[in-house]
Amino acid sequence: MAETHINTISGKPLESQEYLINMGPQHPSTHGVLRLLLTLDGEIIHKVEPHLGYIHRSIEKMCEKDSYTQIVHLTDRMDYLSSHMNNEAVSLAVEQGLELEMPERVKVIRTIISELTRLSSHQLWWGVFGMDLGAITTFLYGFRDREMIIDIFEETCGARLTMNYNVPGGLMFDIHPNFQKRTKAFVAHFKQKLPEYDQLLTGNVIFELRTKGVGILSKEDAISYGVTGPSGRASGFSNDVRKHNPYSAYSQVEFKEALSEEGDSYARYKVRIQEMWESLSIIEQLIDNIPEGDYKAKTKAVIKLPKGEYYQKVETARGEFGVYIISEGGKSPYRLKFRSPGFSNLSALDHMAKGAKIGDLVVIMSTLDLVIPDIDR
Amino acid sequence: MYDFKSLTDSIHTSLSAGLSPIMVTIIEFVIIAFAFMILFTLLGLILVYAERKICAFFQLRLGPMRVGKWGMAQTAADAVKLIFKEPLVTKNADKFLFNLAPFIIILSTFLALGAMPFAKGLHALDFDIGVLYLTAVSSIGVIGILIAGWSSDNKYSLIGAMRSGAQVVSYELSVGLSLLTVVVLAGSLQFSEIIASQEAGWWIFRGHIPALIAFVIFMIAGTAETTRGPFDLPEAESELTAGFHTEYSGLKFAFFFLAEFVNMFIIAGIGATVFLGGWMPFHIGNWEGFNRVMDFIPPLFWFFGKVTFLIFLMMWFKWTFPRLRIDQLLRLEWKYLLPINLVNILVMAFIVLKGWQF
Amino acid sequence: MKAIIKYISSIFKALKSLFRGMAVTGHYISHPKEIITQQYPENRETLKMFDMFRGEVVLTHNERNEHRCTGCSACEVACPNGSIEIISKRIEMPDGKKKKVIDKFVYHLSMCTFCNLCILSCPTDAIKMSQDFEHAVFDRSQLTKVLNKTGSKLMEGVR
Repeated sequence: MAETHINTISGKPLESQEYLINMGPQHPSTHGVLRLLLTLDGEIIHKVEPHLGYIHRSIEKMCEKDSYTQIVHLTDRMDYLSSHMNNEAVSLAVEQGLELEMPERVKVIRTIISELTRLSSHQLWWGVFGMDLGAITTFLYGFRDREMIIDIFEETCGARLTMNYNVPGGLMFDIHPNFQKRTKAFVAHFKQKLPEYDQLLTGNVIFELRTKGVGILSKEDAISYGVTGPSGRASGFSNDVRKHNPYSAYSQVEFKEALSEEGDSYARYKVRIQEMWESLSIIEQLIDNIPEGDYKAKTKAVIKLPKGEYYQKVETARGEFGVYIISEGGKSPYRLKFRSPGFSNLSALDHMAKGAKIGDLVVIMSTLDLVIPDIDR
Repeated sequence: MYDFKSLTDSIHTSLSAGLSPIMVTIIEFVIIAFAFMILFTLLGLILVYAERKICAFFQLRLGPMRVGKWGMAQTAADAVKLIFKEPLVTKNADKFLFNLAPFIIILSTFLALGAMPFAKGLHALDFDIGVLYLTAVSSIGVIGILIAGWSSDNKYSLIGAMRSGAQVVSYELSVGLSLLTVVVLAGSLQFSEIIASQEAGWWIFRGHIPALIAFVIFMIAGTAETTRGPFDLPEAESELTAGFHTEYSGLKFAFFFLAEFVNMFIIAGIGATVFLGGWMPFHIGNWEGFNRVMDFIPPLFWFFGKVTFLIFLMMWFKWTFPRLRIDQLLRLEWKYLLPINLVNILVMAFIVLKGWQF
Repeated sequence: MKAIIKYISSIFKALKSLFRGMAVTGHYISHPKEIITQQYPENRETLKMFDMFRGEVVLTHNERNEHRCTGCSACEVACPNGSIEIISKRIEMPDGKKKKVIDKFVYHLSMCTFCNLCILSCPTDAIKMSQDFEHAVFDRSQLTKVLNKTGSKLMEGVR
């Protein structure tokens, strides 16, 4: 509630109203068609109400009529920045139902591409974060480095963003002969450029002022809102699926789970930068050790899952992505539910933005790294 | 050094020969107004092009490349487009104020441009209180911004306008005080005399550290006053879409846009005049030979060179730094710039009293 | 006194951090070689997509205007969003037998999500992804394409 002010001449309280503003659905920093209904007192935010539904495509319902191979490509269009991980989740869930063991080669390639996707997602996030803060130059620098990864994807599977490289039972194609060479070149390039990211933003006094102590999320709140991924880890909530429930080749590699205790926007930023270093190290560990073998396990032409319920979660760039399949034994699922990280992360926004300023809201939203099609599927 | 006064005087005398003094004044006004309008348009076009190119090079891009060689005609094409665009007005807008706002902003820009000393004698208004006049008229612009935000009937515009009100009024202080630091040195508020006093060397070199501090503060506060760079809160595009000019389109938008760039030129021009000697060539004390060589470069070149350098600096700020938050912006002014400025001006006064300046 | 020293040192630290940032952007403006812009329509000649690039579905024809599509409609089944329609007809062969061949291989580019499942499902490798990426047209109806060329027939030996 807005404070009551007294008219100094008449002595009566002044009428004051809360100020309602629609941020979005078309707004530069909601990154898509998210609509936030803000209740403001001047610059100070009292309430943030997210309104969804502007990009709803009923993906879960569509999955109920599609075959398991066809479902995979729909998940590309949810969190389009971690499309490979989404594909992987569906593939793993189906493979779990079929009780298929993947060849080692598939596991390793999936892991490398997952980490590349994570890197590209974080690079884009870094660029966009800078842009939300008003430093537009970071956007282009982030995109420059991302382009190299996207090129690797394009050469390997033919698509740049919505890759659909996983199929239940393995990979769609084998890797391109240039894959290892290009990936190594990228790792070498990005190891030089990553310190530049720090130089441009991390140490900058304005940047620190804008992010430190802004949008604090305690560990308890992170757990109760289900905030996962780097956003949750910045609050000290250890939730890395790669670490706790390793899938694909994550049990073979050594990496640290980036954790921080502060839970503010700066901590979320630092955790993501730390994750980029970890991803680079994972790629380096695996790139020279891709085992020979098949890129695909043998599956039937029409995949039918046995009656039952299957759940598989993976760590996308935004947090824990889960696929829950109920099968009646047919060629398409009876019901399919996605647990998307963005949705839970967004739910904490109101809590974090209370009492902050409009400028802070942009920062908080950006550090939650929201991708709207992921929230609203 | 060529004195433009001889040119202006000859025009004046030739006009006075056949016409009454009132007619002479009117004709001279028209000539000056015409010259400034051309300058204004040219500055706008060139600065917008420069900004787009420089920003592009900072960001590993090429910038406009299609219209004309290296995209030279791009801004002209944009201007033509803006002229033919439909001027939209929001339904519940206060029409009169909505239409008035861009003109107030343009007016303040023109008034400030009038006091700019371009070269020796090339000076429309040379008041004896030039510095005071300039700080006064350049703050009229904020009224235009407030009116624009209020009358557009848009909540984003209103927030932007309120932000800019708080911002420009605060930073006005720092601009004024940092200019006063040099006024203490030069002993005059008249621009022509401030420049003349720098004949033996620019104040930024001769005024010890206080002049340097004043210069840094002037650049920060000046950038804030033009609502650019890291201080572009009134139009923060990631927060308020476009701030106070969200609802403007066509020519009225072009006015805001041009005024922003010409304001940048004005701030750079004042900075160059007061701290870097304006059109005064680079002189070192009494090195006669060196000073003579420097005098061969024409004063207009010196002035625009310095201004270009300062504008480049402001663009460099803008394309590197994130934006401040409104409370941090005000804290920077009231807790850092203003106290430093006050101490600085005291130190400067002490230096001048003791006669320690070079 | 301590507070004043802290105050002053904080100013210098802040300035230093700002200069560090300016050094990065300053580096890039002074090294025009780092520019990454590609001038697209100008570089059309040299611009080449990767071989794997999924531009659009094409039905390959050889120089005798023969294709490999038997009209089995496996791709039509595999397509998740109905981008492919196969309209087949029955023709009489010289030996008197009737045979099913494709009349029209209709491809709706506007509906295609480039998931590549049709190409994987094709038993005779009749279709493939081309590297063409310039799909913009002025009329939506132009995005519905008939992939088999007029007068084309099934290649010998493909069944």
